[in-house]
Amino acid sequence: MLAIAPLKVAASVALLALAVALSVTVGTRTVAWSDIWAALAGRSDTIGTAAVAVRLPRTALALMAGGALGLAGAIMQGITRNPLADPGILGVNAGAALFVAIGIAWIGISGPAAYMWFGVAGAGCAAIVVYAIGSLGRDGATPLKLTLAGTATSIAASAVVIAIVLPRNDIAGNVQAWSIGGVGGARFDTLLPAVPVFAAGLLLSLASARVLNALSLGDEQATGLGQNVAAGRAVAALAAILLCGAATALCGPIGFVGLIVPHLCRMLGGIDHRALLPASALGGAILLTLSDVLGRIIARPGELDVGVVTAFVGAPFFIWTVRRQRIRGL
Amino acid sequence: MTEIAQLPVRITAERRAGLASSGLGVVVAALFALTLVCGQGCAPLPEVAAALLGRDVPGTSFLVQELRLPRALLSLVTGICFGLGGVAFQIMLRNPLASPDIIGISAGAGTAAVFAIVVLSLDGPIVSLVAVLSGLAVALAIWGLSSGRSAAGARLILVGIGISAMLDSVTSYMLLDAQAWDRAEAMRWLTGSVNGARLDQVWPVAAALVFFGGLLAGTARDLDILRLGDDTAAGLGVRPDFTRLRVTLAAVGLVAFATAAAGPIAFVAFLAGPIAARITKGRARLPSAAAMGAILVLGGDFAGQFLLPVRLPVGVVTGALGAPFLLCLIVRANRAGGNL
Repeated sequence: MLAIAPLKVAASVALLALAVALSVTVGTRTVAWSDIWAALAGRSDTIGTAAVAVRLPRTALALMAGGALGLAGAIMQGITRNPLADPGILGVNAGAALFVAIGIAWIGISGPAAYMWFGVAGAGCAAIVVYAIGSLGRDGATPLKLTLAGTATSIAASAVVIAIVLPRNDIAGNVQAWSIGGVGGARFDTLLPAVPVFAAGLLLSLASARVLNALSLGDEQATGLGQNVAAGRAVAALAAILLCGAATALCGPIGFVGLIVPHLCRMLGGIDHRALLPASALGGAILLTLSDVLGRIIARPGELDVGVVTAFVGAPFFIWTVRRQRIRGL
Repeated sequence: MTEIAQLPVRITAERRAGLASSGLGVVVAALFALTLVCGQGCAPLPEVAAALLGRDVPGTSFLVQELRLPRALLSLVTGICFGLGGVAFQIMLRNPLASPDIIGISAGAGTAAVFAIVVLSLDGPIVSLVAVLSGLAVALAIWGLSSGRSAAGARLILVGIGISAMLDSVTSYMLLDAQAWDRAEAMRWLTGSVNGARLDQVWPVAAALVFFGGLLAGTARDLDILRLGDDTAAGLGVRPDFTRLRVTLAAVGLVAFATAAAGPIAFVAFLAGPIAARITKGRARLPSAAAMGAILVLGGDFAGQFLLPVRLPVGVVTGALGAPFLLCLIVRANRAGGNL
């Protein structure tokens, strides 16, 4: 049976609420509470309410993208049985970035919905390529081989992005700014087309929780338990690709959220994917929102893009995970 | 009988490998000459030679002495540095994927160089010094963080990848913030480029090549023995840790000086060693990798300037080359039943 500790759920919801409150109130300009209530009521007549009106969609984007990345990370770690899986490290974000750049430069796509579908397609291609490269050889997809394949794919993809963008001065600045990863400049109307994609990814991943549980016992055991291993993997992978492709198309590549959050959730809440997946979504939303707030505080009066903040929080965590594990595949 | 029968075969193989090595040298020389001769319009070879010897040839003198010679020299020395540094790491860690550009040492040197130029407004040799020191610091950090229990090699690579992800995000952020910089200059630090090379950029790299290359050449024999494993090497009178320290110092020095001059030219350090080993059948790995590095940078720069529909910096060309090669490497390792 699935055991849920009500205390932990309450604590994480409270943390989420705190993150949202901070994200709406903290920024370059300090805003009075009266302005915040006024802005929530839909008015934007003073500078304070206007500032809050900008922060609201930004907070919504951080929540959605963070949740998607956390969930995608949990699924990838489950499918590959690899503690180092993360959309950034495995090169999936770079693939999404490549396809979006190709779409902008050659096909002339514009608008958030088109970006998103190109991002999802790119994420899918990169995931397949990296997994195919990384699982060649006698001992299958070891963490080392997957990570190296992902890194090399990222370097190659970003070289191609530069090759595409460099002769096009009209789009170069846009793509370079986008390639750091940030949630600033979000608007509700650009978020809207992503909502169904995120919802589909969430549903698919929750539906594959049982398969992921069985997979964690190994492929043979899972087959013995009556699971269709290949189909289950494919559905779960599709969910992860939808989630991180859409998140990358909206914010640019943001690394390490998908790595950290599932590990923390496993430590706090155990390894049952039926609880781990929703917890990772919640945790990712909290982490990305708090990182965004942190980026606004430490670089006052400017702000640090959230991709830089998560890299600095995440890389030490990555190294710690590497040190803790006995890595196969020397 | 069988030994006698095999002897000529081995001599032929040695000779073929020797021929392949000198062939690499010839290709380097040809590409170097090509870079001097061709530009926006080609100058005839005798005129170029005359200009190189210091005679005043109208038009050609300026082109060759001010524009093409620095570019060709910078490509040559950075290529050799990246090739040597890369293959030294690959031999030492016994992994073709463990090159300095993948495990974060180029990223460390590059980030420090950008910081020195953009934030501290430094210029000239001090930038090289900062880049080298931070390349060493990153190497030490990776070393320290990955030491400990078993599987140190795999852990070293993974720790390096983590650190390099962190440093890359800092580099992009600093470049985005630097308003005064033009995009071409930013490209140098993101992917590596020899555009706008000047002779005073070449000398520090050449000096580093002599010093650290000499250090590496002095260690080459011990490094070869180290491939037999630490215990065997110790039995043969080689001190494993001391050898590794010297090789690391030499390789980091080479890569960091080259990065400070031309940026982290993507994948040259990663590609040079394995391609050269395929051509020379694994013999004379250091010199052939050095030649291959020079070929990649000179050839990549030429292709980026003249062979492609748009003009691209060399790092973009070599970076895009890396992906199919990586695939090739892994497929071959798989077919041989080996492990990466």
